[in-house]
Amino acid sequence: MATDPLLRRPKPARAVGRKAPLLPEAAGIYLAHHRQVAKDSAQRLWRAPLASLMTWLVMGVALALPVGLLLVLSSVQGVSAGWDSSARITVYLADQVTLEQARRLRADVAARANIQEVVLVDRDTALQEFRTGSGLDEALAYLDENPLPHSLLVTPDESARTAAAVELLADSLGAMGEAARVQIDLDWLQRLSAITRLLERVVWVLALLLGGAVILVIGNTIRLAIENRRDEILVAKLVGGTDGFVRRPFLYTGLWYGLGGGLVALLLLGLALWWLSGPVERLADLYRSQFELSGLGLEGVLALLGCAMLLGWLGAWLAVKRHLDAIEPGVPAGSG
Amino acid sequence: MIEFQQVTKRYDSDHTALRQVNFSLSRGELTFLTGHSGAGKSTLLKLIMLMERPTAGKIVIGGQLLNTLPRRQIPYLRRHIGVVFQNHQLLFDRTVFANVAMPLEVMGTPARDIGRRVRAALDKVGLLSKEKMNPMQLSGGEQQRVGIARAVVNKPPVLLADEPTGNLDPDLSADIMRLFEQFSQVGVTVLIASHDISLINAMGRRTLTLEQGRLVAGAAHGH
Repeated sequence: MATDPLLRRPKPARAVGRKAPLLPEAAGIYLAHHRQVAKDSAQRLWRAPLASLMTWLVMGVALALPVGLLLVLSSVQGVSAGWDSSARITVYLADQVTLEQARRLRADVAARANIQEVVLVDRDTALQEFRTGSGLDEALAYLDENPLPHSLLVTPDESARTAAAVELLADSLGAMGEAARVQIDLDWLQRLSAITRLLERVVWVLALLLGGAVILVIGNTIRLAIENRRDEILVAKLVGGTDGFVRRPFLYTGLWYGLGGGLVALLLLGLALWWLSGPVERLADLYRSQFELSGLGLEGVLALLGCAMLLGWLGAWLAVKRHLDAIEPGVPAGSG
Repeated sequence: MIEFQQVTKRYDSDHTALRQVNFSLSRGELTFLTGHSGAGKSTLLKLIMLMERPTAGKIVIGGQLLNTLPRRQIPYLRRHIGVVFQNHQLLFDRTVFANVAMPLEVMGTPARDIGRRVRAALDKVGLLSKEKMNPMQLSGGEQQRVGIARAVVNKPPVLLADEPTGNLDPDLSADIMRLFEQFSQVGVTVLIASHDISLINAMGRRTLTLEQGRLVAGAAHGH
């Protein structure tokens, strides 16, 4: 039988009986098609505003929850990072250390790396401060001699103010022969940071679970959309639509659901921040802290929207994989 | 253009739809495919469309052996085969124009060509004035002609029709048949499955007759 050249070269962008389009033209057509499909699927969502809004809300809540918690956590971690005043280490020197020796020691420590400032508090000054500060003036008068040692107030460099670095510094200071005791006002911070680390894990687990839920919600929504457009899918496959062609509108639908969900999440986060900021400020004031709830920032906003769209796309992809490939042109009705 | 060599299609152990079918259709030939319900007409058409794969034997369309055609190549094969259905498979959520444009859209035809070619196809079936209507507003015969316009809009070398006149009165059926004849005159290989014996006899064309999956008449060339 005759070989028909038309059937020999099955190429996607080939118009039967005409010269194959040049590559740039084919790419242009491809992009135009993508634009068209993106627009169509967005319009479809727009035409069913209530149903789309419900999906967006579900997604928005599921996204806003973990992101909000992460924001709170990072604000709390900001507190432990900015604890300048408590970053001081007090080194109580041994009783027999003379003032002269203490001065030399102060200079030694101050010369070290990672040290911002070292203040020597001699025992007389310390007693003075204690008297005025404690109100035990009279009781102290009964003492024969000053029971307080000289001490050094060491402030580490900005860079060395992490819990671990401070601890390391304290250890090395304590190792000096002249030091009797080293005290860091760090315990509560360590506890706080342990708690936030734990909470961070909890939030990530929550984020994973909710992300999974988002994928399932989108997947189910797309499954319904596929069912609704079953006839169209069949016809498209019958006239030679590739799998990619048939999938494309649903994948774009997933992307748009993701974008909408991300925007709703941003809105919810904005509202929550606004609503919480007053009480938080008051609380922070009571603790004389610089604590404030920070927003997402531009990068965060883009990351959230990107993640939301990725999740939407993923959900759509799963649904498409499971349900779309199963729709194949079957029995043409009418004859046996 | 279409060649079947010893083609057998078995669905399961006790249902064999086609048994060792041999025939070949050349370019520009118009052929009928007839037989009782369940004789295997649909199966034969589905094998050409690659909706089904043969259990045994070879099918060659336009020089392309279908048996070994990978699944992802199937869409490209289908772009060269126009199909007309009895229930015409039109989409009622869009205009006549958009229905006919579908085969061009899946091929990535530039938008400016789509308009020209869709109108040419609609003109061919005499429905140019109804391009903006919804297919639901059309009569049965008109709907069938929209289906035909969609099947030929990308000028496929092969045109299959499954009971295209099943729901139409004799006058309309004759109209539709005249359309098919015109396509075959310009080189399209047309295969029409039908059990409308009087219509087939009136046309006086080569007829493949299936009986319980066997080709009992029409295997050889000539009328």
